[in-house]
Amino acid sequence: MKVRLKIWRQPNAAAPGRFETYDTPDLNPNMSFLEMLDVVNEDLTARGQEPVAFDHDCREGICGTCSLVINGKPHGPHRGVATCQTYMRSFKDGDTIVVEPFRARPFPVIKDLIVSRKAFDKIMQAGGFISVRTGAAPDANSLPVPKPAADEAMDAAACIGCGACVAACKNASAMLFVSAKVSQFALLPQGQPERERRVLRMVQAMDEAGFGACTVTGSCEAVCPKNISLDFIARLNREYARALLKGG
Amino acid sequence: MKLQSNIPSGPLAQKWDKHRFELKLVNPANKRKYEVIVVGAGLAGASAAATLGELGYRVKNFVYHDSPRRAHSIAAQGGINAAKNYQNDGDSVYRLFYDTIKGGDFRAREANVYRLAQVSVNIVDQCVAQGVPFAREYGGLLDNRSFGGAQVSRTFYARGQTGQQLLLGAYSALCKEIAAGSVQSFTHSEMLDLVVVDGQAKGIIVRDLITGKISRHSADAVVLATGGYGNVFNLSTYARNSNATAIWRAYKRGACFGNPCYTQIHPTCIPVSGDYQSKLTLMSESLRNDGRIWVPKKKEDCRKDPNSIPEEDRDYYLERLYPSFGNLAPRDISSRAAKRVCDEGRGVGESGLGVYLDFADAIKRLGEQKVRERYGNLFDIYHEITNENAYRTPMRIFPAVHYTMGGLWVDYNLMSNLPGLFVLGEANFSDHGANRLGASALMQGLADGYFVIPYTIGNYLAAQKPGSCPKTDHPAFKEAEENVVGIIRRLLQARGKRTVHSFHKELGRIMWDHCGMARNEAGLKRALELIPALREEFWHSVNVPGSEADLNQSLERAGRVADYFELAELMCRDALERRESCGGHFREEFQFPDGEAKRDDENFAHVAAWEYQGPDKPPVRHVEPLVYEEVKMTTRSYK
Repeated sequence: MKVRLKIWRQPNAAAPGRFETYDTPDLNPNMSFLEMLDVVNEDLTARGQEPVAFDHDCREGICGTCSLVINGKPHGPHRGVATCQTYMRSFKDGDTIVVEPFRARPFPVIKDLIVSRKAFDKIMQAGGFISVRTGAAPDANSLPVPKPAADEAMDAAACIGCGACVAACKNASAMLFVSAKVSQFALLPQGQPERERRVLRMVQAMDEAGFGACTVTGSCEAVCPKNISLDFIARLNREYARALLKGG
Repeated sequence: MKLQSNIPSGPLAQKWDKHRFELKLVNPANKRKYEVIVVGAGLAGASAAATLGELGYRVKNFVYHDSPRRAHSIAAQGGINAAKNYQNDGDSVYRLFYDTIKGGDFRAREANVYRLAQVSVNIVDQCVAQGVPFAREYGGLLDNRSFGGAQVSRTFYARGQTGQQLLLGAYSALCKEIAAGSVQSFTHSEMLDLVVVDGQAKGIIVRDLITGKISRHSADAVVLATGGYGNVFNLSTYARNSNATAIWRAYKRGACFGNPCYTQIHPTCIPVSGDYQSKLTLMSESLRNDGRIWVPKKKEDCRKDPNSIPEEDRDYYLERLYPSFGNLAPRDISSRAAKRVCDEGRGVGESGLGVYLDFADAIKRLGEQKVRERYGNLFDIYHEITNENAYRTPMRIFPAVHYTMGGLWVDYNLMSNLPGLFVLGEANFSDHGANRLGASALMQGLADGYFVIPYTIGNYLAAQKPGSCPKTDHPAFKEAEENVVGIIRRLLQARGKRTVHSFHKELGRIMWDHCGMARNEAGLKRALELIPALREEFWHSVNVPGSEADLNQSLERAGRVADYFELAELMCRDALERRESCGGHFREEFQFPDGEAKRDDENFAHVAAWEYQGPDKPPVRHVEPLVYEEVKMTTRSYK
């Protein structure tokens, strides 16, 4: 199969970008989307052109490095998978595919399809942790955690920090990302001592980084490669209100 | 040069305690006067950086990723071992120690492995306190599963994402320290050289991957936690950007490389499907708890629908060959068994390079729901990649390069032969001998970072005068920077016709064919002719587009591949010199009639540590004898 790609090219954050059109060499439908881009890049390099810069690393959907908006959807056509787990069999021979970077003010473009997601690290540094020193921990089984709470915490903790939720949101809100971390710790007994402080600080950091407000349209959940549920945003709102009332 | 392992004297079980007491301490007020560079933020790097920051050292942490949370530890699926004996099934520190030593085919240091087993229990405590959502039983206590090479259930897990959860735990500790100002985080920053001043590691040269700017960083000590070098093979389960450059360039500055030929080929990966393939995906070993591995008894059945092949025509070869461990035989043994049945022409799938991993019995016994609960995400990954439903048809799996037991040589304190250079996690050679058991990599990474380096680095720093660390205008920094710039310019100026990727692919093929699952003298010698020739061609005809002063992924990869060429040669040399089979290193000349690995303890019960001699001279092979005081070396049997 062959496809036509319209790819966003932008030399750096300051320079304007534009779409370039590339016709791919012959492809195997069992290729991953990123392997297709590898092939296109090999072809560009061989023809003396500069290959397309795109982020990727583990290529098994867990590191959260890959991004891309494919035909208008962050991480491409399928629910619950990242771009690196999207395969060319999802497209038809002769399709035109539009490939763009994640677009959000807090995620400036670095080059071509690569954006900076440093703002997520900033939010994590504001409170996305439990303050325990190495070596001071009690025996692991001294603190029983009910299985349903542990399971739900794990559902939240599955977030890979890719930023698709932000890219999909019309307000570029980071609520799904923040809610996942806040919920994970709020559900566990270990997270209780800093429960109020954590949510207030993380929300403040989110606002300061320039992410927009949440209007609960759910586009974040729809594109999340890990199916993080919108319920966690509801929990984040409760946690935030609770912390305000308790004067965390 | 004599390699000093610095293993403490005294009974095995007391060595670490005694050593911790004897190690020199740095007083709390002085700690802030020392600067420590930590390269990498996987389990070992993030845990080390966070813990050293907590102790009061001024830490600089460098990663080439856009965030420390992306390191490839995140992809580990199955679990982490700890000798908690929560299952009351006979586990103990000693048993974990023994299993690990035996699993490593008696090629690891007793003292290191015993310490690893000892601190394993603290790791799980630490991670739980950080809020890592491990799997729980209904009573609220921690659940365990079993893993290869063990007959007890000691593996703690968080669904199929244990590595992710442990890494995010370490990353959160790192975030806490970054916020506190004790750790400075440098992202998109790749270490390209080690700076050695008067024989001691005192800094690194770094390239900013966004701007291309080269910078110098000095410190009182340098900690490398940059992972393994399996991407030499091109196709592997490593992340695409995992690379050997940091450890390789440290090697070229004088750090010895231990046992480079010890690579782990993991038995349960999704088979290669085409020439375009960029990486291989692991299916966690935990699947072997409930999945049964088989191939057809008859060659003519290999193309048939597996569900149509009756029970009596199936060969559950692991259960047949290793009845006491069955499908949970260790990785090296399972991989070779898969290779053997495929070599016999009984492999399945289009390429004939695959075996079945079948869950039909487990589904019958437990119900589909239970199987989904245990392995759902793995079945999903399998479905995404192959478009097949493993609840209905058996998975097809084949071995793939997964881990490297070799790495920079370190002593008991995890310090290399270059004073001031510490190496942690997969980047060092220390704890797994010739084969690593499942769920032990996470254990080692966190043991090194949380519980070993915080003690041992103090012993080194206590002997350094505070404030004595050289400034970055020292000639050694200038020389190292010029070296880095020289390499970059040479790559960009070649302006040849072949892409970096095509070279990497060809090198990987050579390594897989001649230095992969089975090796022999003729093949290794052949590889030692092919690799230098290909390297020559690389430097003349590689095509690296773009500029040095810009984000340039082709340039990044070119530098890494240039190092792989040299490392590949060293791996083959080491494999050639080790005239025995042990663990993941299988020399066809040295095997028992039933095809099992035949060790030669008389001549090879040692660590081979290679010392670089310059570009035109062969490296020197040093030997550190392995002394077994506690366990008796036996022929490893899982029958």
